[in-house]
Amino acid sequence: MGKILIKGARIICPFSGRDQVGDLLVEKGRVTKIADELDISGARVVDGKGKCVSPGFLDMHVHLREPGREDEETIASGRMAALRGGFTAICCMPNTQPPVDNPTVVEEIMKKASIGEGADVFPVGAITLGMEGKTLAELGSMHASAGRVRAFSEDGWGLQDAGLMRRALEYVKMFDGVIISHCEDRSLSAEGQMHEGMRSFQLGLRGNPSVSEEVMVARDILLAEYTGGRLHLAHLSSARSVEMLREARARGVRVTAEVTPHHLFFTDEDVDGLDTNFKVNPPLRGRADRDALRKALAEGVISVIASDHAPHSLEEKEQEFDYAPSGVIGMETAFAAAYTAMVKTGLMNLYQLVERFTVGPAQAMGFFPEEYGEGIREGARADLVILDPDAQVVVDAFNFASKSRNCPFQGMELEGKIVQVIKNGRLVGE
Amino acid sequence: MTRGGEKDLIDIDQLSREEIDWIIQTARSFEEVSRRAVKKVPALRGKTVVNLFYEPSTRTRMSFELAAKRLSADVLNFTASSSSVAKGESLKDTALTLQAMGLDALVVRHPVSGAPEMISRWIDASVINAGDGMHAHPTQALLDLYTLHKELGSIEGKTVALVGDILHSRVARSNIQAMTKMGARLILVGPPTLIPREVEESGLEVSYSFDRVIGECDVIYLLRLQRERQREGLIPSLAEYARFYQLNRERLEKARQEVIVMHPGPINRGVEISAEVADLPRSYLLDQVTNGVAVRMAVLFKFLGRRETEAEGER
Repeated sequence: MGKILIKGARIICPFSGRDQVGDLLVEKGRVTKIADELDISGARVVDGKGKCVSPGFLDMHVHLREPGREDEETIASGRMAALRGGFTAICCMPNTQPPVDNPTVVEEIMKKASIGEGADVFPVGAITLGMEGKTLAELGSMHASAGRVRAFSEDGWGLQDAGLMRRALEYVKMFDGVIISHCEDRSLSAEGQMHEGMRSFQLGLRGNPSVSEEVMVARDILLAEYTGGRLHLAHLSSARSVEMLREARARGVRVTAEVTPHHLFFTDEDVDGLDTNFKVNPPLRGRADRDALRKALAEGVISVIASDHAPHSLEEKEQEFDYAPSGVIGMETAFAAAYTAMVKTGLMNLYQLVERFTVGPAQAMGFFPEEYGEGIREGARADLVILDPDAQVVVDAFNFASKSRNCPFQGMELEGKIVQVIKNGRLVGE
Repeated sequence: MTRGGEKDLIDIDQLSREEIDWIIQTARSFEEVSRRAVKKVPALRGKTVVNLFYEPSTRTRMSFELAAKRLSADVLNFTASSSSVAKGESLKDTALTLQAMGLDALVVRHPVSGAPEMISRWIDASVINAGDGMHAHPTQALLDLYTLHKELGSIEGKTVALVGDILHSRVARSNIQAMTKMGARLILVGPPTLIPREVEESGLEVSYSFDRVIGECDVIYLLRLQRERQREGLIPSLAEYARFYQLNRERLEKARQEVIVMHPGPINRGVEISAEVADLPRSYLLDQVTNGVAVRMAVLFKFLGRRETEAEGER
């Protein structure tokens, strides 16, 4: 493994507060030297002028589809798609077939995730057996497994039973775990195909009202407060949810939250063309909701950007709107989309954006630094991403490492490019 | 966004007031054809129209079939069961297959909103929306306008009550667009659970009380109440619905003498309309059906016949 010398880059590390222009040396899988100027013979030199080096990102919300739907994504293809997007670590959601509800499935995923090049994988466990919402799964055993599972979720569906949610929040205190809540009251979202509003009325599509998310956000915040358990709110979509989150954090409730790049970028107006790549759950909501999400992310009330990468086959997406599954792929566009929506608009700076891709999710997950989050310092594992904030990208999902193509940004011009990724001290793709 | 291209009729909002007037005028001349001994004109001779129906429908399909035949087009009916890819051929493959057979127009009825618009992007032939999900039923709205036009001359300034399940009704959506565009005053009437919140925000008039507004109406347009609305918990019972929103003899007595009663059919006698009222002469239910053929002739002619003329002009 050769030495890599990155020269003249802006080095950003929100873990240590570092933000300097300088040179950085990688050898034997680690960052070994950081200085204003380094001259190292025999090192592969990467020109960092005008570019940024950041710790590799963490995407805490990814669907890998293996086991069960390997035609849509495998652990291997998902790990490569992650690296292309600048993510050196990802957390995969448990709604596979079979679901990740026991240590055996966890260990199977860990085994496959250790083969070949790719992002590190941290499985998220199901809260209930079979994700049926009835009986608690063996959360402790999943935590004690090789996957060291510390986050549990009923993502894609949402835990409807408040009593079970209470027990889950209490139980994970045993090992300081976290419950990731997909907030959706299904009696309210019913068969909603998009955000309930003027657009859904005009298009004649059944509406999924904001309140279906908000009543669950309220419920789960109250339960987290009551139990002292740690709660993370997945993919928030509505302004009222954000307000409740803000208040809860202000009064000390242990709650964090994430937003997806597509909820930062699009609104229900984008559903107008009936492209099912704008059918997501929770749905794209109104302009005021999107603006509230942007503001909350800028302020740090929402501390995480997560892709909710949800691969679906072309034939399933290319159906009548009601029949097409919800979800879009997102790892390979996450940075550019978020950069374009947040930094190019002047709402936040690059340093803060990098924070939401690194420190934010690391804290929400409660990772130890040796798992994820050593940052950029001498001696740290060299998981790095090199960004070019000024470069434009034209999105072409047909060139993605992901096996699926359901990308709402297809054909769009975005700003902010992932130039290179270094995983375990190696330049990815070389 | 305006729906539908030049070649397709997806929804009313893509039509200008002038185009709607043209359709009404053309329907008037085609209606005369239906009264002849030989009910046929050669306007679409050599054209092929396929009725692609994913939803059971007798009147709309037959109405389109008659319209196309009276214009001398060849007509094929394709009744498909609506299903996902897993169960059968996808919508896209069906559309492409029909296109490959060389059709000129596809008349589409589908239970999912937006399906005809999706098809219109996949194929070059004209797509005429014959009703999609809760979205639109443009030819129904056009035939309703035509019916009213014949009775009232113009609906400008007239008061029309649309009564019933506004939330789930494609007929209501298309008629709101059509009647507003032609200058009528609309009142949406029904229980709050069946009136979308959004229409109240949009400035349309809404009344939960039929009795309060019935006296102001020039036209009462009743919508079909699907029985599953009760199962879904949107109304407590059909009987209670009928108590407040059924047009029956007693309620009709509060209306103006010359009021016009309409319904897109098929009617639920005893639910939204009493049998007695359905059979009264001021009920225009059957006129709507008759007019449907003439209006669909005009629509087919507009989207198919004129294309031909333009293409020939280019040569």
